[in-house]
Amino acid sequence: MNLKLKIWRQDTSDGSGQFKHYEINNVSPDSSFLEMLDMLNEQLVESGDQSVAFDSDCREGVCGMCSLTINGIPHGGHQGTTTCQLHMRSFSDGQTITIEPFRAKSFPVLRDLVVDRGGFDEIIQAGGFITCRTGSAQDANEIPIPKPLADDAFDFAACIGCGACVAACKNASAMLFTGAKIAHLNSLPQGKAEKDRRTLSMVSKMDEAGFGNCRNYGECSAVCPKEIPLDVIAKMNRDFAVASVKGFISK
Amino acid sequence: MALSGLILAGFVFVHMLGNLQLFLGQEALNSYAYKLQSIPAVLWGFRAFLLLATVTHVLTAISLVRENRAARPKPNAEEKFIQATFASRGMGLTGALLFAFIVFHVLHYTVRITHPEYQDMHYILEKNGKEVQVHDVFTMMVSGFTEKWISGTYIVCMAMLCLHLTHGVSSLFQTIGIRNTAWKSRLDGLAIAYGWTVFIGFVSVPMAVLMGVINLPG
Ligand code: HEM
Ligand code: SF4
Ligand code: FES
Repeated sequence: MNLKLKIWRQDTSDGSGQFKHYEINNVSPDSSFLEMLDMLNEQLVESGDQSVAFDSDCREGVCGMCSLTINGIPHGGHQGTTTCQLHMRSFSDGQTITIEPFRAKSFPVLRDLVVDRGGFDEIIQAGGFITCRTGSAQDANEIPIPKPLADDAFDFAACIGCGACVAACKNASAMLFTGAKIAHLNSLPQGKAEKDRRTLSMVSKMDEAGFGNCRNYGECSAVCPKEIPLDVIAKMNRDFAVASVKGFISK
Repeated sequence: MALSGLILAGFVFVHMLGNLQLFLGQEALNSYAYKLQSIPAVLWGFRAFLLLATVTHVLTAISLVRENRAARPKPNAEEKFIQATFASRGMGLTGALLFAFIVFHVLHYTVRITHPEYQDMHYILEKNGKEVQVHDVFTMMVSGFTEKWISGTYIVCMAMLCLHLTHGVSSLFQTIGIRNTAWKSRLDGLAIAYGWTVFIGFVSVPMAVLMGVINLPG
C-alpha cells in the first residue's frame, strides 16, 4: 500500500506545532498502524530527519499506552480496538491519513504525538484504590461475591486508562474513565468501605485537573477500546449525589 | 442545571395542559386563567420561582459551556461525531433561541407591551352568583395567533423546545444517575415522546386558529 500521511509535529511542550506531510510506500496491509509509523521513522532517520515521537508499550491492547487521533477519531474508529491493534488493511491504498495527538487542555502535548496523561494518575491517586493490609493477604475466596456483580466489576475494571474518552469528547470530559474506576471499586465489597470518600475525592480531583463537564454526547463510549458503557457515568453521578447528601446531613 | 431543567420541563407540560383548555371554549379558559391569577401572593410567588429556575438554568448553561471550551482549547483538524445526536449537539443553540423566545413571549402575552390592545379585552365571569370582570385570555390568544408571523414564530420556537427536550429529558436521568444500558433506549424513547407531546400540544393552538377551527367569539 502507498499512503499519504499528515502528521502533527511539535518540538517542545510549550511551542506551537503544525502538520507536516509525508509519503510512505510499500506498506504491508497486515502491518499494524504502529509498525507503519516505525517504518516511517526509519525512513525519516535514514534521510537525516527527526523521527515522529509517539507512545506505545505492549502493542497488544492491554497497557493503555498507545494513543493517536486518526482521521478525527481516537484509536482510529474500529470498535473496541486500540491504535496498536489497528491494521493497515482498514485503510485504502493511496488514502491520506491525518494523525494528531489526543487533544485536551489536561493532556498537554510533550512532543509530536506524545501527550502527558498525568491528570489520570492524579485522579487515581485521589481514590482509585482500596486501603488494606498487605503481606498477610486474605484467602481470595473468603468474601463471596455474586457472579453477576463480579462480571460487572470486571467489565468496568477493563479500562486501560488510555485517555481516548477524553480525546473523543468535545468537552474533554474524563467522566467515562473516572466513572469506570469508581464503578469498579464501588461495586465490590472490598471497595464499599471507602465508597463515599472515594467518589467525592476522585470527582473533585477530576474537576481540579481541568477536565470538562459531560453533556451526554456518548462519544467517549463509542471510541473506548474496552467498550466501557455510559452506565458508569450514571453510576458515578448517583454515587456522587448520595455521598454529597450524606456529607451534608452528617455535618 | 438538572434541577432547573427538571423544573422547566415540568412547567412547560402543565403550561401546555393549560393552553389546551382553549379547546373547551372561552368560558373554561378564562375561568382557569382567573383561578391562576386571583391570589396575588401565589401568582407572584410562582413567577419568582420560575424566574429563579430560568436564570439558574441559563447561568449554569453559560458556565458549563465556558468551562468546556477551556477544557478543550484546540480542536482536531478533523472534528468527527460518531454517535452524538443532532439534538444533543444543538442544546446551546436551541437553548439560546428558547431564551429569546421566553423574553418575547412574556412581553407579548404577560406584560402585553407589544400589543397594548390586549389590555382592553375583558370578559364577565359568574362567580358565586356575582359577576366579575376578568381579562379575556381567550380573545387575546386567538387574535394573537391570527397574525401569521406570530403563529409562525411560536411554532418554530416550539420545534426548538421539542429538540431541547428530546435530549434534555434523557440527559436528566443520566445526570441524576438513574439510567443504564437496558433503560437507556426506553428513557431516550420517553424523552422523544415527551418532546413531541409538548410540541403537538402547544402547536395545536396556533394551528387551530390558523385553520379556522377556533375563531374569535361573536
Ligand atoms: C422552556 C425552557 C427550557 C426547558 C424546558 C429546558 C429543559 C432542559 C433540560 C431538561 C435539560 C437537561 C438537564 C440535565 O441533563 O442536567 C436542559 C439542559 C440544557 N439547557 Fe435547557 N431548558 C429550557 C431553556 C433553556 C434556555 C433558555 C437555555 C439557554 C440559554 C438552555 C440551555 C441549556 C443547556 C446549554 C443545557 C445543557 C445541555 C447539555 O448538557 O448538553 N435551556 N434543559
Ligand atoms: S474508559 Fe475506555 S477510552 Fe477511557 S481511558 Fe478507559 S479504556 Fe480508555
Ligand atoms: S500499546 Fe499497549 S494498548 Fe496499545
